[in-house]
Amino acid sequence: MLHYIGRRLLQLIPVLLGMTFVVFMIIRAIPGDPAQVILGQQASESAILALRTKLGLDNPWYIQYFDYLMGLLKGDLGESLRTMNPVSNEIWTYLAATFELSLFAILIAIIVGVNAGIISAWFQNSWFDYTAMILALVGVSMPIFWLGLMLQYIFGIELGILPTTGREEVRNPVESMTNIYVLDTIMQGRFDQLGTVFKHLVLPGLALATIPMAIIARMTRSSMLEVMRSDYVRTARAKGQKMFWVVYKHALKNAIIPVLTIIGLQMGLLLGGAILTETIFGWPGVGRYIYEAINFRDYPVIQSGILVVAFIFVMINLVIDVLYSLIDPRIKYD
Amino acid sequence: MSARKAILQVKGLQTSFFTDDGVIPAVDNIDFSVHEGEVLGIVGESGCGKSVTSLSIMGLVPSPPGKITGGEILFGDKDLTKLSDKEMRKVRGNDVAMIFQEPMTSLNPLFTIGNQLMEAILIHKKDWSKKKARERAIEMLKLVGLPRSEELMKDYPHQLSGGMRQRVMIAMALVCDPKVLIADEPTTALDVTIQAQILALMKDLNERLNTAVLLITHDLGVVAETCERVVVMYAGQIVEEGPVPIIFKDPQHPYTKGLLQSVPDMRFKKQRLYSIPGNVPKPGSISKGCRFAARCEFAFDKCLTENPDLYQTSSVHKTRCFLYQNQEVLAHDRTLIES
Repeated sequence: MLHYIGRRLLQLIPVLLGMTFVVFMIIRAIPGDPAQVILGQQASESAILALRTKLGLDNPWYIQYFDYLMGLLKGDLGESLRTMNPVSNEIWTYLAATFELSLFAILIAIIVGVNAGIISAWFQNSWFDYTAMILALVGVSMPIFWLGLMLQYIFGIELGILPTTGREEVRNPVESMTNIYVLDTIMQGRFDQLGTVFKHLVLPGLALATIPMAIIARMTRSSMLEVMRSDYVRTARAKGQKMFWVVYKHALKNAIIPVLTIIGLQMGLLLGGAILTETIFGWPGVGRYIYEAINFRDYPVIQSGILVVAFIFVMINLVIDVLYSLIDPRIKYD
Repeated sequence: MSARKAILQVKGLQTSFFTDDGVIPAVDNIDFSVHEGEVLGIVGESGCGKSVTSLSIMGLVPSPPGKITGGEILFGDKDLTKLSDKEMRKVRGNDVAMIFQEPMTSLNPLFTIGNQLMEAILIHKKDWSKKKARERAIEMLKLVGLPRSEELMKDYPHQLSGGMRQRVMIAMALVCDPKVLIADEPTTALDVTIQAQILALMKDLNERLNTAVLLITHDLGVVAETCERVVVMYAGQIVEEGPVPIIFKDPQHPYTKGLLQSVPDMRFKKQRLYSIPGNVPKPGSISKGCRFAARCEFAFDKCLTENPDLYQTSSVHKTRCFLYQNQEVLAHDRTLIES
């Protein structure tokens, strides 16, 4: 197993190298010049040239790319052209915010989605099945910005029970350590703040969870339907086992593998930052961070931001692959 | 033999499937009983209702679309068709256990043999400790002739051969000392040498544990080797019933005769193998007359218009054929004279 993980990590190198190259070339193909953006429309030609030289943008692309790679090897993700701060310092705050929100959203999606799928398959063609599957269809096809606005309107404005933007109360800010506020407030014993942190998570979390929840529910249902017809499920029933355990022990474990694949992909997508949700709910996440960097032609932030997100994506899939072999003894990697 | 008590009695069982094409009775008015400690065979070709009969007894007919629409299944003084789901769960695996045709897929691939065996015990023996259940499981594995049973407890089904898996299935079925074991084509998916071993094992366990076995098969060879009595089914009905030696020597129903003639005989090499002409009618397609009439070489007018009853042709032999309608009277007279 460790062998396999090691091999997979080695395979990461060419994947990430290829990625850096593609991203590097694409952002330079977008029209617009960082120096121009930084100095504004009125800047003189000579000032722009001087800034380009200072930022190293006057070098040929291969020199720039080489410098960038050398930096990466030393663990240097570069400096933001806009704030002049190292990207590695900056990105962590945004990543932590995204991580917290994504984890919250994917947990909702898994708990609700998997159970809805199981119950739909168990009571196939019942009113629950029909309702759940119609809702799932609505869920996958609903535009997320519209859903976000509706949630804000209903729960934030009409009912006034949940905050609509941000991660914390402005007048009672969380003292950040890890920047994962749930963790921070627990470590500091600030349980009053933990409550407000959760309240802030609910609406963006729901908006973000909707699509993965619907996909997971449909996937679980179809996977369960197949497994429920299998011989070993009949054997379990013939033993006199309760239907609940037949479903949740014997059937679910067999049905969960394709669902895990979907969960991994969705989790990767969420961690990549959900620009729409983060924008609507004023969530300072990595999606918005990269989006703003693109507007400012902040090359190092775009390059390194996407690199980090890709790295996380690949790592999640590795974790999922390892999980497969823990669930199914027939899956062996070595 | 007839002195033995009947422990499982199926009376007038009718199980139907509710499909888009209407209600189709897969088994129709089935009567038979399993006696204490005997091996009763049910034979018939695919689709004749053998498996539906066994699933009906277990209360495992896939529903929807299937449903028991008539009759009763008596186990002791309980009618299994009237039990609640909870009461039925206490019967399954505990009083009546079942093994299936496909040993390759009948065990859950993601749980160890030990886990699945102990589960079967702990469902019914709620006051047993895990340790006791484990010991019992190992003992059962030894009983069904599996070597190194301790290590086997930690193995997963995919590490075992088909024959070994079927032995595990048998161990699992017998772990709670059921009164009746239903074996639905237990050897069909196995190769011939393993088949013989499994049958010998079942016969042996039947004698040692005195568990009655209801053996469902399409293979007359298996019946001849293992069973004491046999029920022959055709198109959802019982067409003949009696002790194995009598049925094999003196089959009465034309279908049973045809079946026996279709068994290849090593003594006559160059003969073309006999086969019954025609096909099994689709369930529910025959509304009147004998269901076998269209394929029967002895059929006469009455066979096409009237449905024959199951006639008692001797004290142990029953046949659903008009040819034996008069013999029933004779048999009846004989018993009168004898008494």
